[in-house]
Amino acid sequence: MSFESAMARLGGTSLSVSSVEACSIAKGETLADTIRVVSGYADAIVIRHPKEGAARLAAEFAHVPVINAGDGAGQHPSQTLLDLYTIRQSMDIDGIDVALVGDLRYGRTAHSLASALSLYGVRLHTVSPKGLDLPSSLVNDLTEKGMEIIEHDDLTDVIGQVDVLYVTRIQRERFPDSTSYYNVASSYRITPELLVGARRHLIVLHPLPRVDEIDPRVDASPHARYFEQSRNGIPVRMAMLLKVMQ
Amino acid sequence: MRSSPTPEDVAKEGLLISRIKNGTVIDHINGGEALNVMKILGITGSTTESLSIATNVPSRNMGKKDIVKLSNRELSKTEVDRIALISPKATINIVRNFKVCEKKGVEIPILIEGSVRCPNPGCISNTNEPIKSRFAVLPEGKGLRCLYCESVIKKDLTSHII
Repeated sequence: MSFESAMARLGGTSLSVSSVEACSIAKGETLADTIRVVSGYADAIVIRHPKEGAARLAAEFAHVPVINAGDGAGQHPSQTLLDLYTIRQSMDIDGIDVALVGDLRYGRTAHSLASALSLYGVRLHTVSPKGLDLPSSLVNDLTEKGMEIIEHDDLTDVIGQVDVLYVTRIQRERFPDSTSYYNVASSYRITPELLVGARRHLIVLHPLPRVDEIDPRVDASPHARYFEQSRNGIPVRMAMLLKVMQ
Repeated sequence: MRSSPTPEDVAKEGLLISRIKNGTVIDHINGGEALNVMKILGITGSTTESLSIATNVPSRNMGKKDIVKLSNRELSKTEVDRIALISPKATINIVRNFKVCEKKGVEIPILIEGSVRCPNPGCISNTNEPIKSRFAVLPEGKGLRCLYCESVIKKDLTSHII
């Protein structure tokens, strides 16, 4: 929806396909063919797809620019640009401490943000349930770029050490039953009580939607920036669309 | 029961597989990797040309090596360079009229296309899309990186060969 809003504000229009059932993919058409056809209908393609690498494939077959709006558990680069913009509104990014919290294995926003932060000399702290930690290939890439990565088991260990707390959703389907999910999810929940130990200028970000991972009482806290972050998605996506179509 | 031939036996008796008139001999393949080399080259049992494979042949330099002889087909450099991933010491001999006309080593390529399957089941290259898998070869033997989903294959490469 944010890309559609961005396009409308630029004075353009969008043709949206919100589900597989609504397009020829449901009839067995390949993504490659769909992209070739849609290339003739639009000046740019924004694609969100459940398979990793789908946007790269689309870019190979499209005759117009392609923007990756999320590919499976892979990457979410447009979210990262607005995340960086939101951090930049509060502080210089160089050399800060950022904690990534939640499902870091399948959370594509965390992957893209971690990669981008490696360009800024950021020290990365990770707090995730066992089995949902950052993929080892990404950790290797980041450490090769010189990024310091510190793993933590407990949110209380990290809360006083960081400038940005980036929270992601822990998905229920990653757990065998709802009890295990609630047990794990509750220990990664951001609450006003937890934030008492935070640095004064700490900002809390979340790509949204949230479920249980941030207590609604945090919304009124000066640390909360996730709705502002969401709003920032519009000008950032407007800029992206304009850039690729110019 | 006859024991395995020593390098000296081989020197005396020659190899157990015959010479080829025209084609390619791939020598100095790491012992036991010949069948994987065939997979990498896309050579299957349905080939109509004469094909000889010797495995675990005694070698002075390598201890044991494999050899593949393929008649009436000269492999291109691009094809054979893929072998370097599992057998970096392999040498390629192009034979014409029983004489070795060209001899060259293998070089690790920059890109591997179509011969390795991405280990990530969620990768778009593992679907029915009209694309070949593509991997960048990472430096210093660090493995292969899928150019679609960025998954890295670090070890046991042969189990991912299509």
